[in-house]
Amino acid sequence: MIVSMDLELKDRPGQLVQALKPLSTFGANIMSVLHQHDQRTPRGAIPVQVVFQLTNGKLNDIIAELENGGVRIVCVGKKLMYEEVTVILIGHIVHSDMGDTIDQIDSTGFAEVVSLSISMPGINEPSSASMVINAIDMTQLVKALDILKRVASEKDLLVIEPIEKDQLSVKT
Amino acid sequence: MKTIRLSIIGFGAVGQGVANALLHKQDYLESAGINLKVVAISDSRGACIDLDGVDLEAALERKNESGSVATSDVMSLEVISDVDHELVVEATPTNIDDGEPGLTYMLEAFRHGRHVVTSNKGPLALKYNQLCDEAKNNAVHFRYEATVGGAMPILNLAHDALAGNRIIGMEGILNGTCNYILSRMTEEGLSYQHVLGEAQELGYAETDPTYDVEGIDAACKLVILANSIFGMDVTYDDVEVTGITRITPEALTLAGGEGMVIKLIGEVKNGENGAIKVSPKLVPEQHPLAVGGTLNVALLKTDMAGPVCVTGKGAGSMETASAILSDIIAICRNSH
Repeated sequence: MIVSMDLELKDRPGQLVQALKPLSTFGANIMSVLHQHDQRTPRGAIPVQVVFQLTNGKLNDIIAELENGGVRIVCVGKKLMYEEVTVILIGHIVHSDMGDTIDQIDSTGFAEVVSLSISMPGINEPSSASMVINAIDMTQLVKALDILKRVASEKDLLVIEPIEKDQLSVKT
Repeated sequence: MKTIRLSIIGFGAVGQGVANALLHKQDYLESAGINLKVVAISDSRGACIDLDGVDLEAALERKNESGSVATSDVMSLEVISDVDHELVVEATPTNIDDGEPGLTYMLEAFRHGRHVVTSNKGPLALKYNQLCDEAKNNAVHFRYEATVGGAMPILNLAHDALAGNRIIGMEGILNGTCNYILSRMTEEGLSYQHVLGEAQELGYAETDPTYDVEGIDAACKLVILANSIFGMDVTYDDVEVTGITRITPEALTLAGGEGMVIKLIGEVKNGENGAIKVSPKLVPEQHPLAVGGTLNVALLKTDMAGPVCVTGKGAGSMETASAILSDIIAICRNSH
């Protein structure tokens, strides 16, 4: 998930580090930091906005650590569907009730199919599709994929998933 | 100079590759202080035996001309039990149903206190632990680098070069035929059937391609890896296998639109969510696993060294002989 946070820092050296350290401690991936040193909040503090990606569910730990360190949290942005996966489907995708396949994922509330492109080379020939699924976090994404795999197996569709994501950190 | 007497059991592409390798590497072996003397070669029709060393060139020529290396009707099992030697190169074809005749040959070799080097996946995929126990009980070496990934060193990489590391997981392409078919389909937008025919014409695929394209060959190699590197106790039946026969050119085009290719990936995951699986997977085009042609590749995840990737030729007479020769030399260095 992606979290946006508005913080207030005192105008003193070392405050920004104090505010960002808990994020790295708990494995957040910082996407953006907006440090507006020339502005002041009504309380005379410096406003800082941070946006970060968190995949381990440790948001409460981060909030507690920030508060312990004396960083004031003005607001925490709501969780967004962020995790995304593309899969390829092969088989009789349309005639095995494509609407139902999508509904089974959309009806979970934690994941949804956001894109689908289908290639149908000929009548009675298997179709191929690429499907993009979004979910609120990695755990839910894995659950959504499990649902898709179960449904696909019932409908005799082949699901081709990506290799594991952490392997992608291998640089070429 | 250390002399090791060996037999070559099975004289097809692999056995002949070993004979060729020994002929061409004599100077190298001499400088390494190793004298490898082939005292017997056998195929399905019989054997040629010469305790002073079989003339390898003549043996290769005879096989080429008459279809058999045999100069006597002594059969492979008798060679293994009755001819005095230290090391058996077991290079008979893979049989995934019962592992025979290789399984019997290997067990017989162990019983007579002979080391075994093999390229034969069948017996290992079915009876890995029994074979290792027998080798251990008879205090002999048992090496099988050539069974997985041909020339690509993976077992010895994990056991020797990465010693001290815990191997957490492995992903790789372990079947060159499937990789060739998928690579060609991707490049040319051709159908599976068309490319399969092309691969058969080029000799990359068998007349009956089931063993390769249904993922069976890759699954056998995974079993060997899982048992050998991950210390599991699994057989072929424990692998979840999906082949490449349903892959369409349209699926490859759609994957390409996302910057991905489709590869038949074998994976072993260690630990609680342990899994052994062969299935087509989406791989980013720039990822080290996205190798083309008939290449094999393996990515090992280790606790200390992190990810380590090897790629190389997964099949071929000389390539397989390379893996066998390295096992033979390792045994020479480690035996007293």
